[in-house]
Amino acid sequence: MSGPNTDYDPVEVTTLKPEEVEAARDAALAAIAAATTLDELKTVRTEHAGDRSPLALANREIGALPPQARKEAGQRVGQARGAVNQALAARQGELEAEHEARILVEEAVDVTLPTDELPLGGRHPLTTGAELIADIFVAMGWEVAEGPVIEAEWLNFDALNLGPDHPARTMQDTFWTEPADNHVVLRTHTSPVQARTMLTRGVSEGAPIYVVCPGRVFRTDEYDATHSPMFHQVEGLAIDEGISMAHLKGTLDHFASQMFGEGITTRFRPSYFPFTEPSAEVDLICFVCRGVDPESCRTCRGEGWIEWGGCGIVNPRVLQACGVDSERYSGFAFGMGIDRTLMFRHGLEDLRTLFEGDVRFTTAFGSEL
Amino acid sequence: MKAPVSWIRELVDLPESVTTEVLTDRLTALGLKLEAVDSADITGPLVIGRVLTQDKEPQKNGKVINWCTVDVGDANGTGEPQGIICGAHNFGPGDLVVVVLPGGVLPGGFEISARKTYGHVSAGMICSARELGIGEDHDGIIVLPPDAGEPGDDVLGLLGLDEEIIEFEINPDRAYALSLRGVAREAALGFNVPFADPAERELPAVDGKAWEVVVDDPVGCPVFAARLVSGFDPAAPTPEFIKRRVEQAGMRSISLAVDVTNYVMLELGQPIHGYDADKVAGALGVRRAREGERLTTLDGADRGLSAEDLVITDDSGPIGLAGVMGGATTEMSETTTRILVEAAHWDAVSMFRTGKRHKLTSEAGKRNERGVDPLLPGIAADRVVELLVEHGGATAEPGYTLVGAAPERPAITIATDLPARLSGIDITAMTTVENLRAIGATVTEQDADTIEVVPPTWRPDINDPYDLVEEVVRIVGYDQVPSVLPRRATGRGLTRTQRLRRRIGRTLAGAGLVEVVSFPFVGDATFDKLGLPADDPLRSTVGLANPLSSEEPAYTTTLLPGLLEASSRNIGRGAPGVALFETGTVAFPADNGPAPIYGVHTRPSEAELEKLVEALPVQPQHLAVVLAGERRRAGWWGAGADAGWTDALAVVRRLAADLGVTLEVASTARMPWHPGRCALISIDGVEVGHAGELHPSVCASYGLPARSAAVELDLDAMMAAATDVTPGPQFSTMPVAKEDVALVVDAAVSVAAVEAALREGAGDLLESIRLFDVYTGAQIGEGRKSLAFALRFRAPDRTLTEAETSAARDAAVARAAELIGAVQR
Ligand SMILES: [Zn+2]
Repeated sequence: MSGPNTDYDPVEVTTLKPEEVEAARDAALAAIAAATTLDELKTVRTEHAGDRSPLALANREIGALPPQARKEAGQRVGQARGAVNQALAARQGELEAEHEARILVEEAVDVTLPTDELPLGGRHPLTTGAELIADIFVAMGWEVAEGPVIEAEWLNFDALNLGPDHPARTMQDTFWTEPADNHVVLRTHTSPVQARTMLTRGVSEGAPIYVVCPGRVFRTDEYDATHSPMFHQVEGLAIDEGISMAHLKGTLDHFASQMFGEGITTRFRPSYFPFTEPSAEVDLICFVCRGVDPESCRTCRGEGWIEWGGCGIVNPRVLQACGVDSERYSGFAFGMGIDRTLMFRHGLEDLRTLFEGDVRFTTAFGSEL
Repeated sequence: MKAPVSWIRELVDLPESVTTEVLTDRLTALGLKLEAVDSADITGPLVIGRVLTQDKEPQKNGKVINWCTVDVGDANGTGEPQGIICGAHNFGPGDLVVVVLPGGVLPGGFEISARKTYGHVSAGMICSARELGIGEDHDGIIVLPPDAGEPGDDVLGLLGLDEEIIEFEINPDRAYALSLRGVAREAALGFNVPFADPAERELPAVDGKAWEVVVDDPVGCPVFAARLVSGFDPAAPTPEFIKRRVEQAGMRSISLAVDVTNYVMLELGQPIHGYDADKVAGALGVRRAREGERLTTLDGADRGLSAEDLVITDDSGPIGLAGVMGGATTEMSETTTRILVEAAHWDAVSMFRTGKRHKLTSEAGKRNERGVDPLLPGIAADRVVELLVEHGGATAEPGYTLVGAAPERPAITIATDLPARLSGIDITAMTTVENLRAIGATVTEQDADTIEVVPPTWRPDINDPYDLVEEVVRIVGYDQVPSVLPRRATGRGLTRTQRLRRRIGRTLAGAGLVEVVSFPFVGDATFDKLGLPADDPLRSTVGLANPLSSEEPAYTTTLLPGLLEASSRNIGRGAPGVALFETGTVAFPADNGPAPIYGVHTRPSEAELEKLVEALPVQPQHLAVVLAGERRRAGWWGAGADAGWTDALAVVRRLAADLGVTLEVASTARMPWHPGRCALISIDGVEVGHAGELHPSVCASYGLPARSAAVELDLDAMMAAATDVTPGPQFSTMPVAKEDVALVVDAAVSVAAVEAALREGAGDLLESIRLFDVYTGAQIGEGRKSLAFALRFRAPDRTLTEAETSAARDAAVARAAELIGAVQR
């Protein structure tokens, strides 16, 4: 720095003494470093970098210096201010980061608090179960057919080879609507849907029938842990050229493995149903013990097999009544209880839990079976 | 059908290797399903004991007990007499008795141990028939005949307690297996061993002289056989083997004469009736009953007869309900010495109807209504005569009356490859023929590919080629059926309705509702509980002729009762609140007359099918919802909220939004809803249901929290209105302009009306309108309310100016003022 410029106010220019500028800068840097909060830093900023701060005042005096001294003084003050501003910005960043981190810490919650303000909904396992079954068959190219639950006697019985004096009519005790000679019943099985499908759609070249019919059925059973006057069935019907029991077996094996797991197959035992001939009972290999050491198995009760339903080749008399050419086409049919299937698939002890409407039951199953 | 294994083995020569388990497995595979294998539930030691001493010791309670020592040989391991307490008195020293020693287990899991009683250590028990489960007699212990055996001998075999009895479930088409003859025939078939047909008997020549028989109804009674025995000793005991087998079959031993008829029925399958010949007046007749005739049957019931009932008559009128149950007047008794034996073949349908009409199930009826071998009557009668002569000291009177003959069976023509085609098993023509012969059919080869088959007389169930296929395939084995997936199905997936139903269920579950499945049975009390007025259309139901409960004799017209019961059950079990839904069928009477019954040999015509469908009740699908108690739970976050009318409407609106259905909502009054809080829901002016708060009386009667809410909708209508293909929504990305307006209107004016007016006035620039506050109070004035709406405006192509926005808002307010008299606050 050159010597004093006597043309100027000597008091004012003293601030431009190099050591004074340095002192002001150092004081500012020290204050910045000492600031521990954003508020303190704000005060420091006002004091050391504000309009009234020593360095600002010094800067303002540069213009009063003789031109030959301005450059040097300007550089000196500028460097000092630059250092202060840089330190301020850095400290600001540090303190902001600290502040943010502290807020996040302060805002921490107990994530184990309950969050069940909104109630859980759910669809009934009988619904999702029927959908699961339908999906298995739809994936094979079958369709899902439906019909009314209050049904004509002719469709529920006669068309299915259950004549008025057929002993099987007493096997399934029927709810009759009033007046009793109205010939209208609560359907005792979903088979009338099969009859309706054949009657309304018919079978023709290139248009075979492959349908499953899930639905609600009624019988006059007293209500207890294993019987209900209302329950659910799924029946299947295939009518095509060349249909045999082998196709029935293939279909039921596929159904069983989709429903109960890979490798679960079925077996047939001769039986009797008016709408099929030959007829068979279908057993399912126990999906829990798989027939290996079944003695202690609770699911199959030591049998290794679970009784699942009935099936057979559609009786040509049924085809005739429903307008299908029984010389050209043959078919198979099967049926099983959805409720019963759910009972052993899910280990339900009491059939009545399906119809009580206890939300704890339904919500336990989630949105799919 | 219960068949003792020893009896089966008597008729068919089964190898030793065929254990009972092997036998039942094979018979099950052939179609006689194993129900259970009974064997006496006893584990030894059960031995013969000889009573050595018997000390009668009176007790304080007045009873006298016997302190006995009994010789049980070496069965107790010591050879010393066994000390046993016994309360019975029908025996004395020297008698042979049945002793169960400590360690034995009697029926019912009753374990025997040495125990201290009446001041002695009783080491075992002297058994009665009842304790062993072989009879009802418990007045005394079993005293064995003196030659029964030696003390210490095992007695299980002697009493038939080691006998296994197979219980079969017999399907209606296998009536022949309701006899040992039939079961044994299947066993022979199953193991390919010889079968001694007990029906093969030499019969005397028919001379009509056993008794005069007049059959007026040969259709109802194609064959009637009669025989007579005299000099029968009514006091003769039933031989042990007959008694045991009758009891093993689950029937009661009554007297020799009755036991013999039952025994032969079990053996051959032919029901037989024995008359006290001295009580029969004149010729036996067979005819249909006359209306008004009465008959007291063997069970003591006095029955009015129908003109369809087949009866046996003598000069006095009906003396028996043919094939089902005999009459009381000619019943055999302890003085009967002349027995008239009847065995007849009856029309199965008549038997079935008579049994049903009189609510009579009997062993005879069970067989007759399923169909019996028409060749059996004479054979069975002869067998009965033989046993009565042999065991009852009777003399067979000469003469054999047989009216009618077994009807001819038409031959069935069947292609020899049909079993292969229908089973998918490679079954040769030869196997087909062999298997049909094995079941007793007569097979005649027609040509290379066709055979004619006459089924055996005991198989009335076989009438069609497919019936024959089952016979062939069951012998080949159902386990031989291969597993082949059909590959020709070409389905079109789920139907629109099926997809919509799933969607609705998911939407409702997503809204926090839980689905339930309820019974659809209702009665007057159900509707009373809903508070429905007497003339409410919902009370017009499809009635049930035979309801399970007389309280609920109809199919429901509303899903609410089931849901309300389920809600109440949940609340009763401690749920703080429930939100339930159900979808299902309701029914309304069609009153179109009876549904026709058509023939089954051809398809009904289209017009006939239409008539059938028209006769059925109208059965729409409904959806119902009940929301009761806590809807949003209280918690650490603050208070919860109970369900109310708004929740009911929220569910409806959410569903409509999901389905793309535009609903109209209007106030209405309808039970079971609160008259001031019930919304009528419509689509295009057509009612589809109701939603709102339940009437307080309904909440009270179901025990539900106050303000519980409910919805019931016609689901079919909702689904019909659902949008199939949603048009892509158009929306602007220009800035939004918001305006709030508060309007004071008459309290009776609906928000929907104000909103509609604002919407109309605001014009195209209005994007949305939402009510955000309702205020009533002194500032507004009596009978008035202030409604505050948030309006959002947006143009498709530009930022709206303040002037444009205010103009639109002013126009909206002006329209509301004009239409409803709304005043801006
Ligand atoms: Zn198992």
